[in-house]
Amino acid sequence: MRAILNVWGCAGMRKTQNLSTPTRPYFHTPILSLLFLIVVTLFFVPVQAEAEIDSIRSITDTRLQMPTWDQLIRVLTLRDYNTRVVVLGTLFLGSASGVIGTFMFLRKRALVGDAASHAALPGIGLAFIVMASVGGDGKYLPGLLLGAFISGLIGMGFILLIRHFTRLKEDAALGIVLSVFFGLGISILGVIQKMNIGHAAGLESFIYGKTASMLAQDAYLMGGAALVVTLLCGLLFKEFSLLCFDQDFACSQGWPVLFLDTLIMALVVAVTVMGLQAVGLILMVALLIIPPAAARFWTHHLYKMIFISAAIGSASGLLGAALSALVPRLPAGAIIVLITSSIFLMSLVFGPARGVLSRSIEQWTLNRKVASQHLLRAMYEWAEIHKNTQKSDDPLKGMTIRDLFGVRSWSHKQLKRILLRAQRQGMIYRGGDRTYHFTENGEWQSKRVVRNHRLWELYLVTHADIAPSHVDRDADQIEHVLERSMVDKLEKLLLSEHPNIGVIPPSPHDIGSKGLKQRSRK
Amino acid sequence: MTLMSLDIWIVTTGVLSALSCALLGNFLVLRRMSMMGDAISHAVLPGLAVAFLITSSRSNMPMFIGAGVVGVLTALFTQWIHRVGRVEQGAAMGVVFTTLFAIGLIIIVQAADAVDLDPGCVLYGAIELVPLDTAPFLGLHIPRAVWTLSLVFLVNVLLVILFYKELKISSFDEDLATTLGLNASCMHYLLMILVAITTVASFESVGSILVIAMFIVPGATAYLLTDRLHIMIGVSLVIGIMCAVGGHIAAVRLPAWWGLPDTSTAGMMAVVGGLLFFVALIASPRHGVASKLLHRFWLSVRITREDVLGILYRIEEFQPVRNHGVVPRILRDAKQTGPVIRWLALAQLMQAGKVKKASSGIQLTSKGRVHARNLIRTHRLWESYIEKHFVIPIDHLHAPAERLEHVTDPDMQKLLLEKTTNPQKDPHGKNIP
Amino acid sequence: MKASQAIGSEHSSTAPVSIHDMTVAYHRKPVLWDVDFDAPEGKLIGIIGPNGAGKSTMIKAVLDLIPKASGRVSIYGKPYKRQRRLVAYVPQRETVDWDFPVHALDVVTMGRYGQIGWCKPVTRAHKDQAMAALERVGMADYARRQISQLSGGQQQRVFLARALVQEAQIYFMDEPSSGVDAATEKAIITLLQDLRSSNKTVLVVHHDLQTVSDYFDYLILLNMRIVAAGSTRDVFTKENLHKTYGGRLTLLDEAAQAIAR
Repeated sequence: MRAILNVWGCAGMRKTQNLSTPTRPYFHTPILSLLFLIVVTLFFVPVQAEAEIDSIRSITDTRLQMPTWDQLIRVLTLRDYNTRVVVLGTLFLGSASGVIGTFMFLRKRALVGDAASHAALPGIGLAFIVMASVGGDGKYLPGLLLGAFISGLIGMGFILLIRHFTRLKEDAALGIVLSVFFGLGISILGVIQKMNIGHAAGLESFIYGKTASMLAQDAYLMGGAALVVTLLCGLLFKEFSLLCFDQDFACSQGWPVLFLDTLIMALVVAVTVMGLQAVGLILMVALLIIPPAAARFWTHHLYKMIFISAAIGSASGLLGAALSALVPRLPAGAIIVLITSSIFLMSLVFGPARGVLSRSIEQWTLNRKVASQHLLRAMYEWAEIHKNTQKSDDPLKGMTIRDLFGVRSWSHKQLKRILLRAQRQGMIYRGGDRTYHFTENGEWQSKRVVRNHRLWELYLVTHADIAPSHVDRDADQIEHVLERSMVDKLEKLLLSEHPNIGVIPPSPHDIGSKGLKQRSRK
Repeated sequence: MTLMSLDIWIVTTGVLSALSCALLGNFLVLRRMSMMGDAISHAVLPGLAVAFLITSSRSNMPMFIGAGVVGVLTALFTQWIHRVGRVEQGAAMGVVFTTLFAIGLIIIVQAADAVDLDPGCVLYGAIELVPLDTAPFLGLHIPRAVWTLSLVFLVNVLLVILFYKELKISSFDEDLATTLGLNASCMHYLLMILVAITTVASFESVGSILVIAMFIVPGATAYLLTDRLHIMIGVSLVIGIMCAVGGHIAAVRLPAWWGLPDTSTAGMMAVVGGLLFFVALIASPRHGVASKLLHRFWLSVRITREDVLGILYRIEEFQPVRNHGVVPRILRDAKQTGPVIRWLALAQLMQAGKVKKASSGIQLTSKGRVHARNLIRTHRLWESYIEKHFVIPIDHLHAPAERLEHVTDPDMQKLLLEKTTNPQKDPHGKNIP
Repeated sequence: MKASQAIGSEHSSTAPVSIHDMTVAYHRKPVLWDVDFDAPEGKLIGIIGPNGAGKSTMIKAVLDLIPKASGRVSIYGKPYKRQRRLVAYVPQRETVDWDFPVHALDVVTMGRYGQIGWCKPVTRAHKDQAMAALERVGMADYARRQISQLSGGQQQRVFLARALVQEAQIYFMDEPSSGVDAATEKAIITLLQDLRSSNKTVLVVHHDLQTVSDYFDYLILLNMRIVAAGSTRDVFTKENLHKTYGGRLTLLDEAAQAIAR
């Protein structure tokens, strides 16, 4: 039976079918290890306050001085109760936001987290009013978080609504929801402050964060959130990645795109709400955006990217919390963000996959290779021409600098550098008469280069219908990046069609020195 | 100073900052850069803090310079990360503004002794305190914020008028602007500087975060209401004023309904803006949800009206014994029209004297017959046209022709006649009346 | 009675793809009018027409990716929603972000996701299937390469392999030969012809008129409506081409405007 009516309805049926086939890796290993790490770390969260609370200096302390070695050790080994809670809490938060942020980042909706965090504010205020007016504790955290979550979701709903019903674009929808919800939140907080239903002070910590006074239950909450987010992303890894990569295709396969989208959004809102009180509303945005953006520079694999992003998020959470515990008057939220963005900057420069440095090194090596291949080819082709005009038994004349300038338009400095390098590499040597000759190795290399070039030209002429007068330029760009396997394929193809082209096929176009020079001026 | 004048100054400040923001906001919305407004309003914090640190005064000029510099830096960094790091624009923006904001926060907290700058005040303003800080002018005590904002508003108006066509073209099509020899990126940065300065000027009143509401909401609302740029700007300004006035009234009066104390004017300005936007979303004459629904409703009434005429005409044409009783049934079953629409359509037809009640049901009057003949004619002409130009089975011709006959105006009918070379019979072999 | 005709006669076609009176509109403005078409089984069908003629729109509407203003589509006589497994889709290459951090094999494996089902992981077996498909399009050497490092032709082949791995009966392809080199185009067409010979139905949006008669054995000429449809020999005529490419029908454009109003 082929019909699939309902993906949910069939899940049971498929499970039984799948029993026969072994399903070895249930999760991608990084996600599995991430889960494991979170669970293990959860055990470090202290249940009770220990006696050493006072050893952490108060935040009102205004002396600016370097922490002593002893303090450093204490913080880094998490010996203090407070530090341990704060550090672990931010660590969990960083990893959760790193994971879900990756999908948001790849869905090109990085700023949705921004809107979500602002949209959560009225929910907090309303939840406080509701809880306080029914006589409960207005600041009962799960209640506040629930309110925040609901209003965040409503905000997301409005974004979808505005996008669907108006001609406004995503950016305006985000901006409207963000600002109007935030305004509503501010108004509600304003009302609360003047109400006489008890101590509303502290609600503002949802805007700035109150990392330093995090409680064990907060850390547990964040650990739980991290666990749930990672678990869901692990289970739905395949679905989420398909959605982010190619929505249309996902839709044509029958995945409920809207549901998946909403699920991702809901997870983002959940993580945001958890993080609000830790790093504050505005800086929570950073934790959702920056770690994935930084992770992208390190890898080309989605699951590795998730892991790296989580690692960056938790590392900066850890470092930032520790730093703000050590240095007085360093707001933890801000310092966490700063550490995250320094990691981002480092990744941007040094990231091996897409980093600026690795890309420019790549480009630089290629340029060097291209330049020296140009030299070899120019010398070979020059010799080829002169062989015809010379008597055959004369020794081949070397090329002078002037000759070299005649065949290709290179700058003086450029040519000198290329020549020196080629000499160092033992491709050419300088004869007594100030001319340049191939060494044995150089001659062999030059033949290979010319052969590749001409094969490629021939291919372009015979197979790609490119006019012979243009092939040189096209070949010029591609021949240097031809891979071994491609050359082999090319040879096989062309040899079968032109059995007598010889080791170095003749050029399909005129290679007179004038022509060469003209062509090399792109 | 009476309470009344206090309110007036608060509202004036709100109006001025809403006006300055809304003016620029139009271009932000049109350029799809609304979130840039958000980013800059967050990112100016370090600019302010540094300006404070250097001059250790709250004078305006250093703050504007600091904000302008940071505004441009935000745009530059975003562009740079986007290009060099190949990071998507939104994410690049997020990286930049959160980082700058964090830097600003750290500076403020670290230098709390030297700088009298409350981050809370920067973030969501203290419009209620504005009237307390006054500077004398012509014997009047005018709040300093009003001075500043008027100045900024004037500058914005001047620059927008001066560069109106450049802004217009570069917002519409950056490439076109470049080919016309205008420096589009120059306009971009000019706008960013203005946004940053306006943000700073407004932070005392609406706060740097709520400023984004004044940037985006009036512009977006106006965008829903009109299709012309200069009208849009005008409308957005009016909406800005409405936000400010309504916001203050709402802040004072609204919570009192539930016996609650008054609340933040700045917050309520954003809320009023949101409400106005929502109203526009529903009721905008051309793009509103309600007007679209209404339009569709009257359209289906009209279509039903024309269907009735068509059916009656066909019955007269087809059946020697005129059985008009079937009309409601056909309408219900074949056309699937609801009872309200059916009733309305029939009532309108009767009022226009196009049909009349007879013993066997309803009948065409002679006036109605003329109209009906024209409809049938259009229908059959369309059938001929579609038959000529489409590959479609002959029994499928009816449905598209049915849809088209209702939207055909006389001009189109003339053209239709031309294209079908005035046939006498439709593809089914029926006469074209 | 005439009025009863308005309901339209009920088709009971079991053609691989059967489109009835399908009209597609953007913002209520029709862009594709009353498409009525039964695809023959086991044919390589080309969809050609000028820019903006609604070629991609037609495919997308059939696959429910954009809403239809009217009409319905059936796959082997049943609604498309119940026959998704039988249909594979190759979107235009430009529609996805090729900077996405996955490698070629991952992309091809996505073709199996529909069959794998909710929350189930991708197994070795699925990867092997994907690998086989990559081999079939001659891309096995590039399986572990990040997709942004592939050339346009190679990316297109990856997409093709992703469709192959779906093991469908019907293939919809949106301009598979746009922006690829001649060799890749040839390889793609050979592959499509292979599919046809194993009795699959393949619908391809194509833009190069010169190669049409070599590639396809059945054609749909499209310009806001179907101008002609039939075997290439019958419909690939000068007259039909003139009708298709000779500009848009002003009357239809005007009518579309009037409907959108």
